[in-house]
Amino acid sequence: MSALSLRGLKKSFGGNAILNGVSLDVEAGEFIALVGPSGCGKSTLLRILAGLDHADSGEIFVSGRDMSPVAAADRNIAMVFQSYALYPHLTAGQNIAVPLAMKRLSRSQRLPLVGSLLPGQKEIRTGIAHDVREMAGLLKIDHLLDRKPGQMSGGQRQRVALARAMVRHPSIFLMDEPLSNLDANLRVHARGEIVELHRRAGVPTLYVTHDQAEALSMADRVAVMIGGNLLQLAAPDVIYNDPAHIEVARFVGQPRINIIPALAENGRVGFEGIRPALLEKVANGPVSLGIRPEFVKLSPSGRSGLAGRIERLEFLGSEVIAHCRLDASGDSVVAKLAPQEARDLIAGMKVGVVLAPEQAMVFGPEGKRLRIAAGARQEPAYV
Amino acid sequence: MNSIPAGRIIRFALLSLGALMILAPYIFMISTAGKTQSDIFTSSLSLIPQRFYFAENFAKAFAKVPMATLLWNGVVVCGLIFFFQVVVAIPCAYAMAKLKFRAAQLMMVLVMLGLLVPIHATALPLYVAFDRMSLLNSYTSLVAPFTISVFAIFMFLQFFRAMPDDLLHAARLDGMSELGIVARVIVPNAWPAVTAFAIFSVVAHWNDLYWPLIVVSKQAYATPPLGLMYFRAAEAGDDYGALMAATLIITLPLVAAFLLAQKRFVEGITMTGLKG
Amino acid sequence: MSSVALAGNVASAAALRARSEDRTAWLLVAPAIVLLLLFVLLPVAAVIFLGFTDFELGYGKFRFVGFENYAHLLNDRTFRRSLWNTSVYTAIVAPVSIMLGLGVALLIEGEGRARGFFRTVYFLPVASLIVAMATVWQYIFHPTIGPLNALLSLAGIPGPNWLGASSTVLYSLSIIGIWQSVGFNMVLFLAGLTAIPRELYAAAHVDGAKSALDRFFLVTWPMLGPTTLFVVTISITNAVKVFETVKMLTDGGPNKASEVLLFTIYQEGFVYLRVGYASAMTVVFLAILVVLMLLQYRVLDRRVHYA
Repeated sequence: MSALSLRGLKKSFGGNAILNGVSLDVEAGEFIALVGPSGCGKSTLLRILAGLDHADSGEIFVSGRDMSPVAAADRNIAMVFQSYALYPHLTAGQNIAVPLAMKRLSRSQRLPLVGSLLPGQKEIRTGIAHDVREMAGLLKIDHLLDRKPGQMSGGQRQRVALARAMVRHPSIFLMDEPLSNLDANLRVHARGEIVELHRRAGVPTLYVTHDQAEALSMADRVAVMIGGNLLQLAAPDVIYNDPAHIEVARFVGQPRINIIPALAENGRVGFEGIRPALLEKVANGPVSLGIRPEFVKLSPSGRSGLAGRIERLEFLGSEVIAHCRLDASGDSVVAKLAPQEARDLIAGMKVGVVLAPEQAMVFGPEGKRLRIAAGARQEPAYV
Repeated sequence: MNSIPAGRIIRFALLSLGALMILAPYIFMISTAGKTQSDIFTSSLSLIPQRFYFAENFAKAFAKVPMATLLWNGVVVCGLIFFFQVVVAIPCAYAMAKLKFRAAQLMMVLVMLGLLVPIHATALPLYVAFDRMSLLNSYTSLVAPFTISVFAIFMFLQFFRAMPDDLLHAARLDGMSELGIVARVIVPNAWPAVTAFAIFSVVAHWNDLYWPLIVVSKQAYATPPLGLMYFRAAEAGDDYGALMAATLIITLPLVAAFLLAQKRFVEGITMTGLKG
Repeated sequence: MSSVALAGNVASAAALRARSEDRTAWLLVAPAIVLLLLFVLLPVAAVIFLGFTDFELGYGKFRFVGFENYAHLLNDRTFRRSLWNTSVYTAIVAPVSIMLGLGVALLIEGEGRARGFFRTVYFLPVASLIVAMATVWQYIFHPTIGPLNALLSLAGIPGPNWLGASSTVLYSLSIIGIWQSVGFNMVLFLAGLTAIPRELYAAAHVDGAKSALDRFFLVTWPMLGPTTLFVVTISITNAVKVFETVKMLTDGGPNKASEVLLFTIYQEGFVYLRVGYASAMTVVFLAILVVLMLLQYRVLDRRVHYA
């Protein structure tokens, strides 16, 4: 039984489909990153999981229990918000205590003024204070407990928000771009921390981000969502090396994968002498060829590869990005080179563009990945 | 599932009940303005007049009250007050917000003090002074005390502080003088604040009875509230039909303006209200 | 050599620029300062000064009487009545109109389509000429032909003489005052409510605040703090300044049962022309406003860091 399963969630706002039947399983202790461009529906999905929104159709199960009739407050799902959503009038300690107070104190005990006079609440409040201090210790924010959010830095607020979510030991942890309000240095540091906290607490986590680097570096599995569809759910290296869909290939990887239009003819793809055979039956017609920039080499002599011209060179320190255009087809191709490989290159020069055919991926007209026959790799690449 | 519509119905019912209480005076005003004297005395609860007497009541109101004069006075006084308030306040607020000068601190203290002092507190000496200068019963006495609005200064100050300094640096690099900057950069960009303040100022001075009551004793300079008071005093009796007709006419301009531009009104009151 | 000269030039150019900025600033501020002196500072000083004299309009001479006016105020039954009435009026109008304003704002905030309509309706009194609406209220409150008593008699209740009896007049005026200011407070509260980030409510849901009441105490009420403080101050100040309805409907009567502070000052100063004595009253009025403002700052100071 999965810790969390979504079955066919659909949601639309005013005729616009936001989620087109999303299904997903999060296993116990797993960290899943839900990644996609902004507006792809990932935040809506998270809000539905938390119980803040309702899906039009579909089901949510937490450890096998149907969540649809359960209110947000009773789901025991914790959430960290993009803006942290800390209560500005409460101190860090009071913020962290809120979920515990809501759970452990009765409604009358929670009332302002009157509540503090009722019997029995004192022991509960001591217990809450103890748990808050423990959580603060874990997150190293003991010294901040008496400060209000307005007196804290972005990184500190983010930790308090984490503490508030973790303090009640939720069954599921949702995070909605929790690092996007931090500056770049802090963000990389915080990534490591969140992964470490997750490893220790072991709470299944769904982490929403639009930053593919964040998703690939943190998650056990990455779910790529585009246009309301969950296109692929797999380990980070599979997402990168073996994307199931052209959109996934496009979204993941920096610089972006080269997509070159090609034609399928009688079970083979033809493009400028690259002719891999396809395992699946495909009607003759246009397909797309994808080659990651690191598998593109440039030959300054122009003796090998396709004739092309360097339009622009970007020096990035550990690598050089060369933007080229092929003479014959006019397609633009980006190559990622080591600095020593790029030493003799200058913008404007003619080069041979060498595409490694054994690394090419083929995508069908609808964007679905088409598998290449293993034998194809032995074929001579260029005629 | 059933509880949501129930809550919505209760909320709607509560709001409607309250709205009815708010609207009741308006409903009675319109209804009574169309009733005959005997109708008013016999059936105050029936909203539809037994005989439509609107024309007669309005004719009476127009005959006894110099409506045109009143409304004209209201427009002139409010217009002049608003004009001077803005012309004085904008340069002052700009200097306080964006220029460095030694008296800035002192100005701030003066403004904060000024915010505290309503016309009711300064009315006595001002009245004595206007009396000595034989300026009672004049537009001057009606307008002059309000030409300075510390509230306007305060509001524009907040607004200008939020304006980027780079805008002014760019204007200076383009060779504009400080006065040119005020006229060509600050004023055009201050429109939201100006309209908000306009609504606040006009509502306040159109409604003001205290000061006009003190300095004006002649119909010729009466503002709408004062004119209505005269009319009521002169009628003395219970001719509520004509009185309501007059009331209706005098209330109408501002209410109509509000209904036409209610979004601006609410924004204006919110902006001036929250920042005051 | 040349670089030193250049540095000197730069320094003096900067000083020149600062001086010119100073001069421009003075130029821009001057009209405001002059008018402020003329119409605010001098009159306030004059009021304080006149409060120590027996100045009466029409008499040429006046003399200093020290604190005589203030001593007289302490024993002036009209003035004490007027202070008391103003306090009662304020104690009714301010809290009721604040709570109703908040209630209406909360209800309207949750309303969907009819939201704009209700906002317009509740705000209407703010945009209406209060003097005019006061005459309408006078008709509604009329003991014999007024619709209110007609309604009450339908239910078999003998209606009071609302504005004509000293036992009810202050309450009747309070009803008008509340009617007039609910919409104003509502609009301010609505602005405060829309400024609360939606994510805080989402966080409250997730944190287990199940009922609307829980979320109100956890998010809405504390987040409205600054708005509420402002609404409270402005409501009290406006209630203390009540004048129009009194002047229009009761002239302080019957039997001084509706004498309020500004009306008493108006009578003393501008009807009986006892300017010195009225000035002393005005000083008391100003002192009340000062105390209200100081209280506001005190509360504001205690609430820290709402960023």
